[in-house]
Amino acid sequence: MRRSSDTMRLLVPVLSLAALLAGVFYLQPRAMSYTGLNLLFNLAVPIALATVAQMLIMAVNDLDLSMGTFVSFVACVTATFLNDTPLLGIAILAASIAVYAILGVVIYLRNLPAIVVTLGMSFVWGGLAVLILPSPGGEAPAWARAIMTVKPPFAPVAIFASVLIAVVAHMIVMRSSLGVLIRALGGNAKTVERSGTSILKIRALAYGLAGLFAVLAGVALVGLATSADANIALRYTLLSIAGVILGGGEFIGGRVSPIGAVIGALTLTLAGSFLSFLHISPDWQIGAQGAILIVVLALRLLLNRLESRGATR
Amino acid sequence: MTTRKLLLATAALASVACAAHADTSGKKIALSNNYAGNSWRQAMLQSWDKVTKQAVADGVVAAADAFTTAENQATEQAAQIQNMILQGYDAIVVNAASPTALNGAIKEACDAGIVVVSFDGIVDEPCAWRVAVDFKGMGKSEIEYLKGALPDGGNLLEIRGLAGVFVDDAISAGINEGVAENPQFKNVGAVHGDWAQDVAQKAVAGILPSLPEIAAVVTQGGDGYGAAQAFAAAGRPTPIIIMGNRQDELKWWKEQKDANGYKTMSVSIAPGVSTLAFWVAQQILDGKEVPKDLTVPFLRIDQDTLEANLANTPEGGVANVEYSQEDAIKVIEGTK
Repeated sequence: MRRSSDTMRLLVPVLSLAALLAGVFYLQPRAMSYTGLNLLFNLAVPIALATVAQMLIMAVNDLDLSMGTFVSFVACVTATFLNDTPLLGIAILAASIAVYAILGVVIYLRNLPAIVVTLGMSFVWGGLAVLILPSPGGEAPAWARAIMTVKPPFAPVAIFASVLIAVVAHMIVMRSSLGVLIRALGGNAKTVERSGTSILKIRALAYGLAGLFAVLAGVALVGLATSADANIALRYTLLSIAGVILGGGEFIGGRVSPIGAVIGALTLTLAGSFLSFLHISPDWQIGAQGAILIVVLALRLLLNRLESRGATR
Repeated sequence: MTTRKLLLATAALASVACAAHADTSGKKIALSNNYAGNSWRQAMLQSWDKVTKQAVADGVVAAADAFTTAENQATEQAAQIQNMILQGYDAIVVNAASPTALNGAIKEACDAGIVVVSFDGIVDEPCAWRVAVDFKGMGKSEIEYLKGALPDGGNLLEIRGLAGVFVDDAISAGINEGVAENPQFKNVGAVHGDWAQDVAQKAVAGILPSLPEIAAVVTQGGDGYGAAQAFAAAGRPTPIIIMGNRQDELKWWKEQKDANGYKTMSVSIAPGVSTLAFWVAQQILDGKEVPKDLTVPFLRIDQDTLEANLANTPEGGVANVEYSQEDAIKVIEGTK
């Protein structure tokens, strides 16, 4: 039963991605090629990483509103320190991951609402990003550029990266004991506490992992963009949340799907391309993007209903 | 074997010849725009629409579609540009959200053999062309005009723009360079008018009592009408006030011209620069040798062109000009 509900959960994101992909291929057969797929999906790679990061936070029943500014901050560090003085750059990024872990603990200890704390942190990250890179610029480290533009055989790097992110996230969240604890914490914190596990430790690890994925998102983004801008990833906050939800996650903690989250990020990216291939006027594009989201969520609600009806029967 | 080589050589020669005088009637050009939320950008899009529609109807190019990102974000514009690559455009004209954050997508476009021309919001990826605005030259041109209008020179009042914006620095640098070269002029005061008539009026009214006789006011646009009002309110003679192509400024100038033969000039950047970028892209597709860095001519209105420009400027708008293929060729030739 558990397995089938997980499969159901993945069904909608997979189907919506397939439907959008079919639409894009129909409108633009040119996309059905190695370079085409890469162009369609390479900007989804950092979004997928940020979505997995957001998913880890949502798994413990919190919400991170600083995702976009944090990824922008990481992008600025990557394009400056990580490129010029790699050791210092790594130290800064490691410290920022530590800050994430501390945040996870502080939010729990002081019983603060995560939304407010992360919203506050978004100004901190944004300010730091502007301090590091007052005007757009910097340069991507050669290795980051190389990784993001490598041309592997069979499928473009964007596809390989998406699959890799999905598999790694799946292993961590669904298959490891830490993942079980994280999801349990989001589902029912009391039970976890009674079982004798340290909530502090789990939360620190969950937030730290989220920080790590967000750092990877920033590095990947700079690898694609070749340079940074203090505002480069502001959209990622909402995109990552939408990606998690689209991929079958829920706002109430514990119910997340890593593979779904990656697919959700791909779907969101593809939706933009689809609309632009349709030649929809920009005035309508935001609305149309929202409409796609609503349709997918409505489909999911419908399936959930069917599922629960099946369960009661 | 030799025949084959000969054939190959002929083909190569033919393709070279084609490149030199390529027919662009089958080419598709796209506009990637990051923002449409103010009157300047709206005028820019309208100009693009008008000029490119005609170009498509005339068969100069096959298509010239405009795309504006839903949100003013570099990542979104990067995705938009990558979509344009997939859609098979031959050239992309871009007004960029960031001078650097689009470089990856623009490199992809160049690698796919697409001509990328940036304007207004230019990009620093070396493979792209840049149609940039010479704000410094614009400031200097004001002094050049005054040199002719006031052979004896005199005191200048400078109205600057919004502090901390590079455009303000650039125009002011040009003005002051011109003053340094022409010692008959003396800059006796400077205020910030923030490119807004009301701010400029207040600022000028505040500094006027402390100033000697002013021969001319050098401005940055959007501040000339306010300056004129301040001089009138203080009961001082109206100096030569350089205007900035705004409709209210041109209207005031016309009234003064009709009443007492008032003379000045007006200068600013036309939103129609998008159409210049379009023709530059078309020229590149045509196989013309075009330098990577081009400079936009500013739109200057003089005594004799005032009426025509005022008539064409919508109420509350900015004087605009749509560029033609000949204009683009002139700009390209002028840069070589």
